[in-house]
Amino acid sequence: MRTVISLKNLRSQFVRDVEEISGEDLLACNQCGKCSAGCPVAAAMDMLPSQVIRMAQLGMTEVLQSRTIWICASCLTCVTRCPKGVDLPRLMEALREISLRAGASEINLDQLPPDLVRELPQLAIVGGFRKYIK
Amino acid sequence: MMKIPYYPGCTLSTKAKGYDRSGRAVAAALGMELVELPDWQCCGATFPLATDNSMALIAPTRVLYQAEQTGEQVAALCAICYHVLKRTQTALERDPAMRERINWFTEQEYGGRVRVVHLLELLRDSLGWEELARRVVRPLTGLRAAPYYGCLLLRPYEEIGLDNPEAPTILHDLIRALGAEPVDFPYNTECCGSYLTVKDPTVSETLSRDIVASARAAGAQVLVTACPLCQFNLDWPQRETAFGRTGEEIPILYFTQLMAVALGLPEEDWGVEGMYTDPRPLLRNVAQAAGAVPHPTPPPSAAGEG
Repeated sequence: MRTVISLKNLRSQFVRDVEEISGEDLLACNQCGKCSAGCPVAAAMDMLPSQVIRMAQLGMTEVLQSRTIWICASCLTCVTRCPKGVDLPRLMEALREISLRAGASEINLDQLPPDLVRELPQLAIVGGFRKYIK
Repeated sequence: MMKIPYYPGCTLSTKAKGYDRSGRAVAAALGMELVELPDWQCCGATFPLATDNSMALIAPTRVLYQAEQTGEQVAALCAICYHVLKRTQTALERDPAMRERINWFTEQEYGGRVRVVHLLELLRDSLGWEELARRVVRPLTGLRAAPYYGCLLLRPYEEIGLDNPEAPTILHDLIRALGAEPVDFPYNTECCGSYLTVKDPTVSETLSRDIVASARAAGAQVLVTACPLCQFNLDWPQRETAFGRTGEEIPILYFTQLMAVALGLPEEDWGVEGMYTDPRPLLRNVAQAAGAVPHPTPPPSAAGEG
């Protein structure tokens, strides 16, 4: 895949949206990779957390197609360890919000096992719906 | 008896009634009455991480407002309620303009003064581990219990500040005070998958199985948690299915259930019904081994039950 890195993308509306929604400075990340090393759900991701930040820094909107932003469980392990104090869960939330506000929906209760749906604790349903549907 | 305003939250009133029951019972046995807020609603179950929209702060602010009408603090048992309320309180404290905006919307003047506490905090800071150990009538001698902290009880440290987020000890200390042996295992602050269970249940099941396997490998007989979502996520993969069970299940307990046994409360106050892995055989053995020691000052709920 050929990717053109240009100043235009670095200062795009997408980058401004991510920074505004998250309240974070994307360029504070220096790509040390500590977030990816400690992420408990990295194995289920198609792209590492640090790669998600890198793509967002470069204004690559393709990052919105990544499964990673939906697999992030907001467990806050990365933010506890980040040497630059980057709140990556807030950046992941911003990417999810951008998708959700454009109409995405990530839960399909019909596809969940019925025995699970019957048993789910209330806070999983309330919290899950807030995370994955607008 | 010291009265403490208490916010049960949605799950402790429904799916996790045993946590609520055992929590109220052990608090009462220690001289603390958890008084449910007279009027409360769900906190939203997630702390909003987007900063450009304060809508999701409204529900937890309403809870804090209700608590402020009752007193200076509000106690929670559910780790997620605790997380959401405490972070909301911190956010409103740091951003008075935000508090004003939410107050304007809700037409309730929340003054921003409520202290959000977890029962674990009250046990450590108000009662103290030594005093708790003195109140134990059935020491859980020989029981190997693995403290499992999960995520939201500890992180982010700057806003929650309950314990060291990488090497916590509060549940270890509690388990030791009850006479049991805390079992260290490498996954004790690892994520169980949280809300992923409503989106990608296979992912959260994998994480949860790894956590339980890690505790088992370290020699644990039970896992001890403070979060109803962790409890569910860890125990659900151990349920009885058409394939039966593996025989490697271990009970996933709330810390209050372990306390109820150690404090000599009657079995109905343990609140251990309906769990996927039944802890009763093990807990009854532990209680029996500790001997049927009569409680020095029987709690009111146990009186008259012979």
